[in-house]
Amino acid sequence: MTSYIIRRLFMGVVVIFIVTVIVFLFIRLLPGDPLTIYLNKTDMQQLTEEQLQELRVKFGLEKSLPMQYIDWMAGLFKGDMGQSIYYDIDVRILMTERMPVTLYLGALAFVISGVLGIAFGVICALKRGTWLDTLVTLLANIGVTMPSFWVGIILIYILSVKAGWLPVSGYISPFEDFWESTRRIIMPVTCLALFPVASLTRLTRSSMLEVIQQDYIRTAWSKGLKERLIVSRHTIKNALIPVITVIGVQVAFIFGGSVLIESVFNINGIGRLATQAVQNQDYQVVQAITLIMAIMVVIANLIVDISYGWLDPRIRYE
Amino acid sequence: MSLLSIENLKTYFHTYRGLVKAVDGVSFNVDEKEIVGLVGESGCGKSVSMLSVLQLISSPPGEIVGGKVMFEGQDLLKYRSKSNMMNSIRGAKIAMIFQEPMTSLNPVLTIGRQLTESMEVHLKMTPQMARERAVELLRLVGIPDAKRRLDAYPHQFSGGMRQRMMIGIALSCNPKILIADEPTTAVDVTTQAQLLELMRDMVDRFNTALIIVTHNLGVVARYAERIYVMYSGRIVESGLADEIFLEPRHPYTIGLLKCVPQLGETRQERRLEPIKGLPPNLINMPPNCAFLPRCNYAIDRCNLEPWPSLKHVGGRHYVACFREILEKS
Ligand SMILES: Nc1ncnc2c1ncn2[C@@H]1O[C@H](COP(=O)(O)OP(=O)(O)O)[C@@H](O)[C@H]1O
Ligand SMILES: [Mg+2]
Repeated sequence: MTSYIIRRLFMGVVVIFIVTVIVFLFIRLLPGDPLTIYLNKTDMQQLTEEQLQELRVKFGLEKSLPMQYIDWMAGLFKGDMGQSIYYDIDVRILMTERMPVTLYLGALAFVISGVLGIAFGVICALKRGTWLDTLVTLLANIGVTMPSFWVGIILIYILSVKAGWLPVSGYISPFEDFWESTRRIIMPVTCLALFPVASLTRLTRSSMLEVIQQDYIRTAWSKGLKERLIVSRHTIKNALIPVITVIGVQVAFIFGGSVLIESVFNINGIGRLATQAVQNQDYQVVQAITLIMAIMVVIANLIVDISYGWLDPRIRYE
Repeated sequence: MSLLSIENLKTYFHTYRGLVKAVDGVSFNVDEKEIVGLVGESGCGKSVSMLSVLQLISSPPGEIVGGKVMFEGQDLLKYRSKSNMMNSIRGAKIAMIFQEPMTSLNPVLTIGRQLTESMEVHLKMTPQMARERAVELLRLVGIPDAKRRLDAYPHQFSGGMRQRMMIGIALSCNPKILIADEPTTAVDVTTQAQLLELMRDMVDRFNTALIIVTHNLGVVARYAERIYVMYSGRIVESGLADEIFLEPRHPYTIGLLKCVPQLGETRQERRLEPIKGLPPNLINMPPNCAFLPRCNYAIDRCNLEPWPSLKHVGGRHYVACFREILEKS
């Protein structure tokens, strides 16, 4: 088990390394120059070539690509994520400011989608063929096909613009004003959780229906156990085995979604920061965000693989 | 009065290819402590009729459309499948062992959990008591090192050991009847014999009646006191083991006996004759005798009239055939 985790961690490091190389190259291959954008912002277009060169040296942009990559890596090992060109501050400051917002929304969406998706799926399977099952399955099928940002815009239009029940956009910390904060995150969290809830509902339902037909469930009935016990003890644990895999993938999905949703709702998390950083060619910021997201996705998948063993005793970690 | 008597049971499946009359008017009874065999080719409706007794038919597509299942003075078919009444019968009064040892146990629950749960439910045992009794049961069914095995999972057991465990689970609440649905079909021959011996010893010890369902005449010959021969959803012949083996009267039974090798018989003495043709598929059956297309004894009447009902022909012997065949073997 320990050696399995160590091997998986090692593989995770390899994956993360590949991700850093790819994002490092891609952001630099995009047309445009971060300095030009920075200068446009600061109204300093009239710089001489020497002054430009000075700025390049300041941000380490005068070096060759491999050297820049090594600089970045060396910095990371010292706990330094580099300097944002566009904002001209330490990337760590940006991250500590923006990260909690995205984590808060993402964690809420993750927990809500896990709880609701599994609950809906189980209920649908147990009530198969009833109007409730038909309705929820229909909604889930619609849910997986609708783009979340589009749902966000529709929600804003209906709930904020027309009805005036919820603020259009923006974010404030729950520590500042819990009630107002909650009002503001209802719509973005709904959008983030929409696809995960819908897909987990579908998957849990079909997995439950498959398990219900297994011979060992018939054996459980033949023992005279009550339906409640058969569902809770014999069915759900088996049905969750395939669901757990997808829950790991949801982490990546929710992070991806936050890039769009934070822009739609004007929320200053790292999702929106990522969009802006790509537009501004803010190399170090894009790199840092991608790295953090990659690390979290790798960890999520590791947790998923370990929880498999807890669900399914047939799995051996070799 | 019999312990269990099934009267004119009908279980149909509504499939997209048509109506499958898997069990079509089966009557059957079992006395206390009796060992009864139910024989027939696979697909003839043996499992479905036994599952119907406990209402374990998945519905849809299955439906018990008629008949009675009388047990201790009550018609079990009057109760819904998920009713408390059925739950208090299943496992406690009538227990069942299934054919597939590899898939009949829950892969994610420990052996101990699966052994103790029916005792906790029916006998109201505490988990501690149930565990102690589980150890004893595992010993009784011949699983060594029982205490340690309680925390093992089914995949760590061989097929034969799982069936032993199933026997232990089935007998844990001291049921009146044990239904063993082809319990040895999926295990190798030596294990088969051991399991059958074990089952006989156990029902003897627990004073339980046993219904052995099988397609293997050798098995019933050795263990059953009384035999039902099933063909295409109906009972075609029933009687004491001697009556069936020494004086088979239905062409199907005669055919079955002709294709089983007997001990001490040489190749020259008797050729084994397989029954020609295939068992019918049960979709949209004609009303007359289902064995007709394969029958060597058919007469005109068989074509003209609907399926004959069971007739008493002496002793406890019943046959469903228009011909009065008497073949001594
Ligand atoms: N779930 C089901 N759906 C449709 N038909 C079924 C189902 N279960 C059993 N049957 C039909 O019922 C018939 C009897 O099956 P079964 O009782 O399992 O036979 P066996 O005598 O081998 O135990 C078979 O012909 C099969 O096609
Ligand atoms: Mg069968």
